[in-house]
Amino acid sequence: MTSAERRPSMPDGPEAEVLVVGGGPAGLAAAATMIEAGLRVTVIDSGLALGGQFWRHPPDGHDLDDTAHLHHDLATYREFIATIGAGVARGAATVLLGHHVWSLTRGSDGITLFVVDRSGPVGTESERILRAARLVLATGAHDRPLPFPGWDLPGVYTAGGLQALLKGGGVRAGTRVVVGGTGPFLLPVATGLADAGASVVVCEANDPRRWLGHLPAAARLPGKAGEGVGYAARLLRHRVPVRFGSAVVEARGAGRVEEVVIARLDRAGRPLPGRAETMVADAVGISWGFQPQLDLAQTVGCALTSGPDGSPVVAVDEWQRSSVGSVSVAGELCGVGGAALAVDEGRLAGEGVVRELSPDPQASVVDPIRLRRRIGRQRGFARAMAQAHPVPDGWVDWLREDTSVCRCEEISVLAVRSAIAEGASDARQVKQLTRAGMGWCQGRMCTQAVACLAGESTVPAVERLAAAPVPLGVLGRSGTGGEGQR
Amino acid sequence: MPEPTTTSFTFDGDPIEFVRGQTVGAALIASGRLSWRTTRHAAAPRGVFCGIGVCFDCLVTVDGHPNQRACLVLARDNATIATQEGEGHDLG
Repeated sequence: MTSAERRPSMPDGPEAEVLVVGGGPAGLAAAATMIEAGLRVTVIDSGLALGGQFWRHPPDGHDLDDTAHLHHDLATYREFIATIGAGVARGAATVLLGHHVWSLTRGSDGITLFVVDRSGPVGTESERILRAARLVLATGAHDRPLPFPGWDLPGVYTAGGLQALLKGGGVRAGTRVVVGGTGPFLLPVATGLADAGASVVVCEANDPRRWLGHLPAAARLPGKAGEGVGYAARLLRHRVPVRFGSAVVEARGAGRVEEVVIARLDRAGRPLPGRAETMVADAVGISWGFQPQLDLAQTVGCALTSGPDGSPVVAVDEWQRSSVGSVSVAGELCGVGGAALAVDEGRLAGEGVVRELSPDPQASVVDPIRLRRRIGRQRGFARAMAQAHPVPDGWVDWLREDTSVCRCEEISVLAVRSAIAEGASDARQVKQLTRAGMGWCQGRMCTQAVACLAGESTVPAVERLAAAPVPLGVLGRSGTGGEGQR
Repeated sequence: MPEPTTTSFTFDGDPIEFVRGQTVGAALIASGRLSWRTTRHAAAPRGVFCGIGVCFDCLVTVDGHPNQRACLVLARDNATIATQEGEGHDLG
């Protein structure tokens, strides 16, 4: 289905000098910077509104309640939206929402994107081909979950999923919610749900003393300290307990989650015998860090390097350019570090493209030296946060033989361990032997767990033939049939 | 303030009211329904997990088209939403 002869050869998109894939903090910052400097830019996002996951908004024309209180630094978002909107109004910018980029190529004439337009009703999808001299990739990240018995029950979500339902759909997914895993992201998810009236408990696997050594890094970032204090105040106001050194080790219920088991963990992260507590819950949100969505960057050939937690991220130069000169990269793809860092990287990436493409030296709108200094400090903080929030080795102790590791293919812990016993030494070999990671999500939800069980110390970058599913009937617009999407 | 419009789709024949701007998944969860698919092997119930289109757990049949991600598909007036069993290919 990826054979070249089935691809229409002519691009059918609007003419742009730069394509930006991803409308989150990094992509918006890059696009706004380039539009302000006079470049013609097309922003492509799979979502129904600009903002990405961090500034997720319902689509235009919605009747949902205002969600401003759930957001951080909306002033920056609104500034970007205004700049891009003005660009659209004067014909210098195009925004394509509900557009899923599934592959890309590069040639002497620049970058070509292969896109499925899903902006209309189901059944009206069509293929679009977009071409430009330059590309900015800002495809963000998704939660890295870890399995536990019952994690496949309805009512168990990723923490990001709970947040997306709340920000994008105005839906509080439960009234008694347990948010667990590790990392600072657990806090905004918990406060958002508590603000919406849920009773929330946070289980942070790591010890707060791990953070203390990193206070100097945080202190150099006044915005971060303020953000943290704000969440702490809201947690107190809503009486949300944060249980350090604990984890959700089981969810139980008949067809949906009804209760969870919370265990105290020892220093290695193993559940302490006799220290488990059962709690009534109708929703669970889990997050053990974030996985950059590297698919498009890998397909186009961008070189990778080690990120803040040692796992692969895209390597970039002082202008956020990847090893593929016509492709700049910004945000979580260069190492998970949060929205403020993503915005600065996006601005720098945009500025780099402006200086290449614009003959007018007055066109530049940002100070790259100041930006780089700030990016350096924030990357330092990101490394500190990654060190303070590792996946504890002992997590495998709460697995049972029949716990599903791969949710798509329903592959159990026993099957994965058997493959490892037979000699599989990494996630790729386990996949070949068991099909774990070969289903619909292509390993996005299970690779961290499988790699960890196989003894890998970081989460590998999985190579995928398509970054998004393509309805068979859409390729080459052959017309009828084609319900399958793989 | 624009007058909120009453909007609804059907899920396995039941009317589900939704607020304009919600996805099918958000509307189903708001109605108290947490699952709308059964898995191929264990026939286990599944609904939204990642909420952002990457996990494919929330697959559902929309207007006869199976394998749609409920967390991405915008709820539309008078749409016909149906539980998806296994691959979903024998439906719709």
